[in-house]
Amino acid sequence: MIVAESPTHAYLTDNSINIRIAGRGGQGIIKAGLLLAEALVLEGKNVAQTQNYGPEARGGACRTDIVASLEEIDYPGLQRIDYLIVLDEGAYARYLPMLNERTIVIYDSDLVKSAKKGYGFPFTRISKDKFGSELFANMIALGAFVSLTDIVKPETLQHVIKKRMKNPEKNISAFRLGAEIAIAPEIITR
Amino acid sequence: MTKELIQGNEAAVRGAINAGCNFFAGYPITPSSEIAHGMAELLPKFNGVFVQMEDEIASISAAIGASMAGAKAMTATSGPGFSLMQESIGYAAITETPVIIYNVMRVGPSTGIPTAPSQGDVMQARYGSHGDYPIIVLSPATVEDMYHLTVEAFELAHKFSSPVTVLSDEIIGHMRESVTLPELGERIELPESENIIGIGRRMHRTGLAHNEHGLPTTDFKEYEGLIKRLFAKFDSFKPKVKVENGDADVIFIAYGSSYRSARRAVKILIGKGVDAGILKLETLFPFPEKEVRKISKKAERVIVPEMNMGQILREVERVCCCDVVGVSFFGSLIIPEVLAKKVEEML
Repeated sequence: MIVAESPTHAYLTDNSINIRIAGRGGQGIIKAGLLLAEALVLEGKNVAQTQNYGPEARGGACRTDIVASLEEIDYPGLQRIDYLIVLDEGAYARYLPMLNERTIVIYDSDLVKSAKKGYGFPFTRISKDKFGSELFANMIALGAFVSLTDIVKPETLQHVIKKRMKNPEKNISAFRLGAEIAIAPEIITR
Repeated sequence: MTKELIQGNEAAVRGAINAGCNFFAGYPITPSSEIAHGMAELLPKFNGVFVQMEDEIASISAAIGASMAGAKAMTATSGPGFSLMQESIGYAAITETPVIIYNVMRVGPSTGIPTAPSQGDVMQARYGSHGDYPIIVLSPATVEDMYHLTVEAFELAHKFSSPVTVLSDEIIGHMRESVTLPELGERIELPESENIIGIGRRMHRTGLAHNEHGLPTTDFKEYEGLIKRLFAKFDSFKPKVKVENGDADVIFIAYGSSYRSARRAVKILIGKGVDAGILKLETLFPFPEKEVRKISKKAERVIVPEMNMGQILREVERVCCCDVVGVSFFGSLIIPEVLAKKVEEML
């Protein structure tokens, strides 16, 4: 398991996990966050999920933040970024200054060209190739994230997909595909 | 009861339905739309009526009408819609009609930034309609509050026969949190509401100044009696606050999402050796004067962080007997470190 710790704020007894998922409107960013947040709740964590997006239905900057902790969550915003899942170059550039040396970045390697560290996979291209649509890139990314980090059990997330998604079979197979590519080193671009 | 992940606006819907709400009229607007969505989906299943109206003026008017006919009625909106509702909020106040108005605040004025949080409507919630009238305004700061204060809003509206505004904000409305709440349909028994129209008797309701028979009057004495009685109804009202470290030198007074940031800022300051505490305002109006004055007697300084240029700050200044400093933030969650640093610089 990869544990991200903060070098700052040592005065806080902070065992929280801070996750940001970022991209553009229409990529299913907030939906991915909702599924992950719910899986964390089912595994006994206290969770707060906030979001930030523009008024556009598609294309605008979009992100969701998740704080998970065994303690009560007073402040629902992120203290730092422990994990960043990012599907857009602009979003990466925006949050780059907030990353610390322990931040784990998981990014779409076709869409985030300037990424300097982390784990890149062509989530969107894989979604198009395997499912004929870009719509499943978020599930593939979630699959890769869960497989790389062990933050929640894959079964818990699949259970949540089943409950929350209109087309659970396809979404679960996209999630599983993401988990598979994350352990196959030949497509890790960096 | 197990923990579940639920959105603030969804929690408000559950609170309303469990409190017996059976009529909702509204017009969807970001960031309150999920309340309308939830009501549209659930009210028919609980023998209630959902109506999407043509605008917010019609929405609150329908809710007031339904309440007069005996329904437990509610509407929900955000800034622009709240402005449109103001005239009728005064009508609900003068006709003493219980109705719940949810305002999930976004950045204003005008259309502002539809998807960003703000606390700019505080004074509008108190004084938005013309004329002299009292009103109850509650302020949730957590998803749990969105449930419990909605239930409380229904209790208070019917107890005091008054409109009640719940002033949430984009963060609290859209945020999802893990909570343990009563399940949907776990009905809370509130006193039956009285239907005053549609009972087969002649009656009269008017926005005009009226005498004790409900008939219009231009007699100043009768008007004075009416207004004084309206205000006096709230003499027995007990505002709700929550205090932590109430004896501290530095006290934050906060509400809504600002409370969440301030609460963390208190922990940061305590970690740095500053004697800090916090008072959470769950009731904004009638303003908790006694509670705020009491805490200010022991404090050296009171800090009021708000997502506006300083609105509840004026109320706090009015009743405090120590230094009061407002800290303004705009458009997103106040960052606790930044807030704590500002306070440290003041010391």
